[in-house]
Amino acid sequence: MSPPTEASVRDEVRAWLAQNWSPELGLAEWRRRLIESGWGCPSWPEQWFGRGLSPALAAVAEDEMRAVGAVSVAQFGVRLLVAATLLEHGTDDQKRRLLPRLLTGEDTWCQLFSEPGSGSDLAGVTTRATEDAEGWTVTGQKVWTTSAQHAHYGILLARTDWNVPKHRGLSFFVLPMHQDGVEVRPLRQMNGYASFNEVFISDARIGRDGLVGPLGEGWKVALTTLAHERRMADSMRNWGRLQLGEGRIYEELKAEYAAVMEPYKWYAQRAGRTDLLLERAQRTGRIDDAVVRQDVARALMIERAAEWTAARARAARASGQPPGAEGSLGKLAASNLARAAARAHASISGAAAMLAGEDGPEQGLIAEILVSVPACSIAGGTDEIQRNIIAERVLGLPREPSTDTDIPFRDVRRNVSSSR
Amino acid sequence: MNAAVANPPLQFAFTAEQQQFRDSIARFCRTHAPTARTRQQMASDTGLDRELWNGLCSDLGLSGVQVPESLGGQGFGQVELGIVMEELGRANVCAPYLASSVLAANALVNAAAPGPRDEWLPQLCDGTQLATLAVAEADGHWDPHRTTVAARKTDRGWRLDGVKTYVLDGHVADLILVVARAPGSHDHEGLSLFAVRAGAPGLQVRALNSLDPTRRLARVECTGAEALLLSEEGAAGPGLDRAMDESLAALASEMVGGAQALLDATVSYAKMRIQFGRPIGSFQAIKHRLADLLLDVEFARSAAYRACERAAEDPSPLREVASVAKALASDAFMLAAREAVQLHGGIGFTWEHDTHLYFKRAQSSSVLLGSAAEHRDRYVLSLAARTAGDRP
Repeated sequence: MSPPTEASVRDEVRAWLAQNWSPELGLAEWRRRLIESGWGCPSWPEQWFGRGLSPALAAVAEDEMRAVGAVSVAQFGVRLLVAATLLEHGTDDQKRRLLPRLLTGEDTWCQLFSEPGSGSDLAGVTTRATEDAEGWTVTGQKVWTTSAQHAHYGILLARTDWNVPKHRGLSFFVLPMHQDGVEVRPLRQMNGYASFNEVFISDARIGRDGLVGPLGEGWKVALTTLAHERRMADSMRNWGRLQLGEGRIYEELKAEYAAVMEPYKWYAQRAGRTDLLLERAQRTGRIDDAVVRQDVARALMIERAAEWTAARARAARASGQPPGAEGSLGKLAASNLARAAARAHASISGAAAMLAGEDGPEQGLIAEILVSVPACSIAGGTDEIQRNIIAERVLGLPREPSTDTDIPFRDVRRNVSSSR
Repeated sequence: MNAAVANPPLQFAFTAEQQQFRDSIARFCRTHAPTARTRQQMASDTGLDRELWNGLCSDLGLSGVQVPESLGGQGFGQVELGIVMEELGRANVCAPYLASSVLAANALVNAAAPGPRDEWLPQLCDGTQLATLAVAEADGHWDPHRTTVAARKTDRGWRLDGVKTYVLDGHVADLILVVARAPGSHDHEGLSLFAVRAGAPGLQVRALNSLDPTRRLARVECTGAEALLLSEEGAAGPGLDRAMDESLAALASEMVGGAQALLDATVSYAKMRIQFGRPIGSFQAIKHRLADLLLDVEFARSAAYRACERAAEDPSPLREVASVAKALASDAFMLAAREAVQLHGGIGFTWEHDTHLYFKRAQSSSVLLGSAAEHRDRYVLSLAARTAGDRP
């Protein structure tokens, strides 16, 4: 058989869609068909629900799907991270058992990585997994866990060996969430929302089929998960862009979307809402104040420069040049932008910046911006960690000497609250 | 060669030819404009090194790089001008390039009538005439609309009255291009571009004591100074605005080059300097500042590249992006200068170390053609004016 081309992929997808796609199907049923056909994840290996296509040809297939409004598999958010990790490190049994219901959206997943005592220093987690004949018993506490309250499974980073240095004593598991010993409590944030959870794990059980990758090599597996985090935001955006038509499947999709997006409804405010600045400054007349104009300009100029810098990074990639400094700066730049935007909104608001809710500017929207922006420079890697990464990887500055990487983890100094 | 066809918009990526062009300028600067030579120029009376200037104009053909071939230039564009400026800035070259090849040349291309333009531009491009552009007056603004110098038409030609200041290399220029207005005119009406020859009757030029000895400034006093009209009478406003915006893009590029040189030098020093038994660059207190500086320099670079790209796409709107480029370049270059001195510690404050050459250039450039604050203001007011029409 000749290798697939853009034309052959287009023809094949069109023909398959003509036979199979209908907006009147149930969401899970449609996705099961997709997964069986391999068109749900065209870049995955043929053996594992895919077609083994190059990313470029996979994009062609996705194009064709979008053109008829066909719904994609549920590969977004945490599911995307889990899928990528299981595909690379999971056993055949795990892939067969877990991936289909992940892709249909029937199973919900969460990520049990961060702990109260272990934020930026993820390899310092102290949730303990103790091995016995049937599997592992897990005890510890996780935090900032999106969707934990309705998740079927969690991907869990836990310590299985305290007598080796920190990165070597970790293992990666799939934890069934619906069991005694797993308690999920919502975590209320400073902006009033409760988008995340604390997960208390007390003698929870994991069977022998729950270990992902070799025992003690959980850090390596976790790095695969983390490497896909950047793609996660893109996947959410693309998913949100699907044109919804008429039919049963779209009703189900809307419900799924609403549930998944629920924790993120304040994220636009977290980013600073630069889109409102100029219009507000004009409408309120505050643009006549030269100090306000300075604050507005600072934010808008960072925004323009960030766009142009992203365009430079894309241009460099497209012309085959090695990635330059411009590609590593986005996260830190987003924090700077959010802060500048919050400052400008406060500046436009004047005394009204003291008010929230119905009494506040824009029916409370501005207050929500002001108390949400601080999350930007913490979530997904603090500004301080980003600066370390930029300084070490881009500028080539030497690493800070470490005091915890070469000694048994049990001897590493830790937070008082961390379990032993 | 038709530059517009040969050089499509760069879209943030340089062609192999543009990269070679950049390398050749960098090589020239390393060989012919090392800081040892810059220090000699700093110490000289005029700050003008004819040999270096001739090298830039004749050997490299850099003067008029953005000027069409039909007007005596090299026929490239504003993107190539940006490349030249970035490299001259990186090496902190002391030459009247900004005055003559950027400001004066851009003004002639955009604001002069065909006759005088065709007469003078070739002489600027081959370096036989050194020109400058006099815009700012005592209030220190480079907005041509604020001009008060008045132009009178007499039986024996044009006469100018008034004072221009902060005129780049005015003390060594053969030709001073002066923005003046018809008596009684206001704002953008009645503006014309004139040329006053060095030594003309009624012209008094005084070299000012410049904080940056590699970039000299002069005060130009006209008392019935004999002048030649270069533009259409009273119609130079729009052309001058464009010329100033193009020059902002070029100056921003030069500043990005200077900021990058400071960042590179400071990063190297932080890797090499040992205190408390380890390189100071391993301390997060140092690392984080350099990471922040890198971000600001890269953002300023993106804006400068975007502004040059826009400047090359005549007649696309340039005013706003030029302001973004200059504001970000002003802040990034000053931050680089402060951090470079601070992170070098004591040696960074010595005369012997080269950091202060860049520091002074940064301080001077940060206000030249308008400060960051002025350009932030100009940017928002321009955005607001553009969008006000769309809103009820």
